Amino acid sequence: MESKASPHPPASADVAADIAADIAIVGGGLVGAALAVALARHGIKVAVIDRVDPAAMVDERFDGRASAVALSSQRLLAAIGVWSHVAATASIREIRVSDGPSLFFLHYDHAQLGNEPLGFMAENRVLRRALACALQENAQHVLRLAPAAVTGFSQDADSAVLTLNDGRRLRAQLAIAADGRDSLVRDLAGITVSGWSYPQVGIVGTIGHARPHDHIAHEHFLPAGPFAILPLADERASDGTAVHRSSLVWTERSDAADAYLKLDDAAFLAAIAERVGSFLGPLHLIGPRFSHPLGLQFASRYVEKRLVLAGDAAHGIHPIAGQGVNLGWRDVAALTEILVDAQRLGLDLAHPSGLARYERWRRADNLLMAGVTDILNRLFSNDVGPVRLARDLGLGVVNRLPAMKKLLMRHAMGTVGDLPRLMRGEAL
Amino acid sequence: MSAAADTISPAEIAKFTEIADTWWDPTGAFRPLHKFNPERIRFIRDRLAAHFGRDITEPRPFAGLRLLDVGCGGGLISEPMARLGFEVTGIDAGAENIGVARLHAERMGLAIDYQVAAPESLRAAGHEYDAVLALEVVEHVSDVSAFLGAVGGLVAPGGAAIAATLNRTVKSLLLAKIGAEYVLRWVPRGTHDWRKFVRPSELAAGLRRGGLALSEFSGVAYDVARDDWKLTPRDLDVNYMAMAVKA
Repeated sequence: MESKASPHPPASADVAADIAADIAIVGGGLVGAALAVALARHGIKVAVIDRVDPAAMVDERFDGRASAVALSSQRLLAAIGVWSHVAATASIREIRVSDGPSLFFLHYDHAQLGNEPLGFMAENRVLRRALACALQENAQHVLRLAPAAVTGFSQDADSAVLTLNDGRRLRAQLAIAADGRDSLVRDLAGITVSGWSYPQVGIVGTIGHARPHDHIAHEHFLPAGPFAILPLADERASDGTAVHRSSLVWTERSDAADAYLKLDDAAFLAAIAERVGSFLGPLHLIGPRFSHPLGLQFASRYVEKRLVLAGDAAHGIHPIAGQGVNLGWRDVAALTEILVDAQRLGLDLAHPSGLARYERWRRADNLLMAGVTDILNRLFSNDVGPVRLARDLGLGVVNRLPAMKKLLMRHAMGTVGDLPRLMRGEAL
Repeated sequence: MSAAADTISPAEIAKFTEIADTWWDPTGAFRPLHKFNPERIRFIRDRLAAHFGRDITEPRPFAGLRLLDVGCGGGLISEPMARLGFEVTGIDAGAENIGVARLHAERMGLAIDYQVAAPESLRAAGHEYDAVLALEVVEHVSDVSAFLGAVGGLVAPGGAAIAATLNRTVKSLLLAKIGAEYVLRWVPRGTHDWRKFVRPSELAAGLRRGGLALSEFSGVAYDVARDDWKLTPRDLDVNYMAMAVKA
């Protein structure tokens, strides 16, 4: 395949002048950086290209989101030496799901499945900082090219070749596109995506509250969409007192979201308080508010000659179950297992059987989660009487069926399915 | 052709040199071999690591050991073995195969000693190796017994040999000959002559003649559901591998 866009065409095929790595990862976000750390720790030389300066990525203004790190994802991050750098997290011990004002609610308690929490909440900037530390620790196997943008992608018999906006070229056995929903590399490779956008926007922010959250995550299904209150680690105020904090993911109809986002702080807080209820005591806003358009998207294929897609570049889903980045980390764990296996067999890291195995392994799982979140969102984001009655009966039934409930809890923990070894707490 | 007194028939050589340029295209004529490779290499690596007491999670686990790849073709096994730390010599009767293998190893930055040669000539020159591989080659030679005798003679005391070939059974006639060549078109027609396929007993006898003691047989079978190959320790009906050691 020819590179489709290259403002700096190479003057000659001077392979010796190219930057060389075993693996080129495009995108140094939560998925790309984790993959780089995982591979580097197993002796695979990686180059990470990102458009954003790593220093800017950890700023509160860059990304105000927090992620629900499923138990299996936490195991991966621990196994690759990232988790110990995660400065502050709050474990999730219970999840309470309620359907608006109705009496029916579903209650997940970690104690029903042993002593481990269901997962952890961590702010993305805290995760990014931990990943940066781990990348630094593996510096002998990591080449960081940031800020830099990819302008061309091509493959020849032995390598994937990425052209950068400063004219440099990077040559690797395999390129991995972890450059998000709007993946440029995916487009350059001619891989199409399908999906749809939801008529919803995700409003994200952090609140402080007077009462502790007791490590309980709440999800209220409101007619506009799910409204989640997720426990964050306490912060110390300047006077030394603890500030209890929670992350909000407020799904709102697109046509109404703008009006909420334009409210002044006092009115915005009032709108939040009305949805949260009173159990956390008086609330206050912390940090800026963000909004994200929501959509479901999946790539037509994950693998191209000497290229694979990972994370949001391959699949984007509704945040209703907090699973987006966890699916990306599952991609990371699976790819790491496959690539380390290839390396230990002395094979070309891009050998087609390995890449085919990755696609088979991850595509079905990602599509299943995309489907489940889509159905949940359609089922709950409405106020149609019969639908409400049916889902409330459903929630009530699930709550009374221990086996069913345990299965759903294990889904939240990410411990269901054909888990990569790094997510089962095994070393490679 | 330097290899005199050779056991390799000229008709067999001509057949492979024709398609040698496509060796390294994993989607081309050798796609089946590329697909087959990971499981074969896994068997070789695990058995040799156990035999030589090496840790496969270490980089270059076989450093310091010499390996001979007999019938190396374009180098599909020689290169992985070199990456795993072996000092590799690859021999093949086809000059074009060796040309392709040399070119590719150089592009990969791997130092591999490729020669157009037959095992008999290396043996005559007094060479010895810690490990000798003879993969998918036994079924292409004209005198299996003499060939395996020469292979055995190249193994240093305390070393090991691994052979892979096709069994002469009704199942292999249906699957490896008719299925792979005529139905699925995995390999070009005429790649194999079923009558030259080798029974495990014949392979064991030949290895014994070379001073080797057979330690393990394992089948390798295609798994339709996974579209991939897997080791089948008890099913030697079609493709199979053997590990043998020299005292």
